[in-house]
Amino acid sequence: MTVPVRFYQVGSFAVGNRLVPGAERTVQSDPSRTNSLTCGHRACQGCGEALGARYALDAAMRATAGRMVAVNATGCLEVFSTPYPESSWQIAWLHSLFGNAPAVATGVAAALRVKGRHDVRVVGQAGDGGTVDIGFGCLSGMFERNDDVLFICYDNQAYMNTGVQRSGATPPAARTATTETVGPEPGNPFGQGKNMPALAMAHEIPYVATATVADLHDLEAKVERAMTFHGARYLHILVPCPLGWGAAPCDTVRIARLATQTGLFPLLEAEHGEVVRVTKIRRLAPVADYLRLQGRFAHLFDGTGEPARPDIVAALQELADRTIRRYGLVDDGGRP
Amino acid sequence: MDKPFAITLDVGSSLANKTGSWRVERPVYVDRLPPCNDACPAGENVQQWLYLAEDGSYEAAWRQIMLDNPFPAVMGRACFHPCQTACNRATVDETVGINAVERFLGDRALSEGWRPDPPGPSTGRRILVVGSGPGGLAAAYHLRRLGHEVVLHEAAPRPGGMMRYGIPAYRLPRDVVQAEIDRIVEMGVEIGYGRRVDDLQATMAAGRFDAAFVAVGAQKAHNAGIPAGDSARIVDAVSLLRDVEEHSPPALGRRVAVYGGGDTAMDAARTARRLGAEDTVVVYRRTRDRMPAHDEEVEDATDEGVRLRWLSTVKDAAGTAFTVEKMVLDETGFPRPTGQLEELRADSLILALGQEADLSLLRNMAAVTVEDGVVRVGPDMSTGHPGVFAGGDMVTGPRTLTAAIGHARHAAVAIDDYLHGTAVERPRRHGLATADRLNTWYYADAPKTVRPRLDEARRTSTFDEVVGGLDETTALFEARRCLSCGNCFGCDNCFGICPDNAVLKVDVGHGYRFDYDYCKGCGLCVQECPCAAIDMVPEEI
Repeated sequence: MTVPVRFYQVGSFAVGNRLVPGAERTVQSDPSRTNSLTCGHRACQGCGEALGARYALDAAMRATAGRMVAVNATGCLEVFSTPYPESSWQIAWLHSLFGNAPAVATGVAAALRVKGRHDVRVVGQAGDGGTVDIGFGCLSGMFERNDDVLFICYDNQAYMNTGVQRSGATPPAARTATTETVGPEPGNPFGQGKNMPALAMAHEIPYVATATVADLHDLEAKVERAMTFHGARYLHILVPCPLGWGAAPCDTVRIARLATQTGLFPLLEAEHGEVVRVTKIRRLAPVADYLRLQGRFAHLFDGTGEPARPDIVAALQELADRTIRRYGLVDDGGRP
Repeated sequence: MDKPFAITLDVGSSLANKTGSWRVERPVYVDRLPPCNDACPAGENVQQWLYLAEDGSYEAAWRQIMLDNPFPAVMGRACFHPCQTACNRATVDETVGINAVERFLGDRALSEGWRPDPPGPSTGRRILVVGSGPGGLAAAYHLRRLGHEVVLHEAAPRPGGMMRYGIPAYRLPRDVVQAEIDRIVEMGVEIGYGRRVDDLQATMAAGRFDAAFVAVGAQKAHNAGIPAGDSARIVDAVSLLRDVEEHSPPALGRRVAVYGGGDTAMDAARTARRLGAEDTVVVYRRTRDRMPAHDEEVEDATDEGVRLRWLSTVKDAAGTAFTVEKMVLDETGFPRPTGQLEELRADSLILALGQEADLSLLRNMAAVTVEDGVVRVGPDMSTGHPGVFAGGDMVTGPRTLTAAIGHARHAAVAIDDYLHGTAVERPRRHGLATADRLNTWYYADAPKTVRPRLDEARRTSTFDEVVGGLDETTALFEARRCLSCGNCFGCDNCFGICPDNAVLKVDVGHGYRFDYDYCKGCGLCVQECPCAAIDMVPEEI
């Protein structure tokens, strides 16, 4: 009698794993996954949002056994997927205005309730602009009323569809079309913007979580967990944008991974306003590793990759360190 | 007009939009050469047999080893595993314990009684193999598989060569050696013992052999020329190890000095300890880092209480008093005498200063070139004399078990080509899968399993095997630490990570196929492939 070996070469880091039973693999490793967003969409090469949307919605489709309606705000995701009369969506999908996706999702949920269709679940989704800025009022209302909707924000940290303008989710020092790299404090100012997951938590809704396209198992588990709750739920997914971030299309996942491993983007879950779980950092990295890959931070470095503005890089590092301390992302409580 | 208000077009799918036209580079699946395979002197496909072992297909894994090497259980004990030295996992945590897994598979084959595939259809060709060491036996095995008739001549009374008479039993138990040899003999290899070949040309003519593989090894001890009185007891390491095997070990006394710095010196020192020597010192003229002995051997020797004395040469001997001269290394690393003499007291001195091959059997073959005491061979192990091939310790190159087995494999293929009058084109070697190409994020963290070791006390008093084996659980764990460098292992990353669903799962080849109708050429699959099995290549425009 031998003890089963609980070590599977790539463990739970890769998409699939031939050594584990099918049920323990991801939705994405299954050839019969929904492919909610199918081929032929017009997203840029290496689009993080297209990837994140398929990851999240395929997982939601599995969790709801295919009984699901998605409401989609105007934005990149809608524009590249549905140029009239074509569509890439292989799920029940509605297009709303830029700012009212949470309200439309609320309405869909209410209509299903009236029709007695308690089996059909509702997902609302938008980019960071449609969530943290333009749609914020509707979303806050949806949270406050605890409407039975999972709202997903695909956060690429600016208004990418209209030409990379700053949003409330744009990080400090980042260059956008409206925060140019001029003056003593180039790029987006420090001290502005919104921490949307924290705002969602402040509504004390049943479930709030963050995820990235770099950790599929983590993302799918959170979608699945969200679907076990009724009432308002919020999932914030970081989706790098090669075009808007000035990054190589092949680096989308790498950059998202570095966002988590530097501590700039914490992976957490909260229930009823309390953080209940965080994903620890596995390979702690300095923020410069993350920034250097992105053209929107190029003004912080000289031609050789050395910081041209060490003060700003240090300030961003301090932001990351604070996040690590706040959520306990490193086991010893922070960097030495 | 039965369309709703303001709708003029039919609903269409984005599948009509072939985004593959955006692409300027395309991903392609490739195989790269894993560093373990690259480093293996026997030419084993290490990565492939680890892959097979990972899901418990032990017999398939063992058969994969047997394609290249008929001695997995011997290898798993006596190979110095250059594969592990090359292993990319060292950049993640520690190298994969390839050698331990090989031993597990080899032992499993012996306990389960797995047999090699039967020999191929008979070709009617007769081949002489001289020497039943690892090289000779491996050649016999490969040639039998190819359907040739093989006759093996061995001068000693028992088979195995250095596997029996060179490597001590505490490193390589004899029942393991015998069991793996028996499997080869069962394939229909005719072995004649006590048959020394003195003149290869004559033996070949008399036996009507079509070709020969010669692997007589290097059995003669190098003579040091140390002036010594009659009373000094000096033995050479080769004879010592052989006599121990023949159960007539010499009396060495309580204090033993070993002169030399190779693996044989370590074997002799550790053997002396087991024969009762309380104080064993190895005298070597250079420093530890210049010692030809493998680190593992040196560590095992020092663990067992063997002392090492650097930068020293033995000048002369009289009774139990040996004169040792201190040396210094000059700028080229060559040891120079200092004139400072010291006395070393020892009951006997074992000389382990290298071995020479007895090549007299080739003296009538004018085309055979001997250089520095070894036969010069081509990459296909040909000697220059038509139909005569050579390998093992008697040819140029590293003198290890595994190298000899690699020689045999090359020679067997070359002999087959020679007999068929063809030159089969060898597949080109793939580019190396270097560590910098891997995306190691995806591999789970796992420390190396430590092989159980016998108590220090026990192993200095017996010839029991020192290094233990892995059980199934630890062997499976160790196999699964393999990174599968350069070869797809089906992790589904490319399939999952494509934002355009342009990777399809298929049942053939690598298990995946790119859908170039929709692949935009972003390169995410290349970047996120853990094992560097995808390349980007420019599109032809």
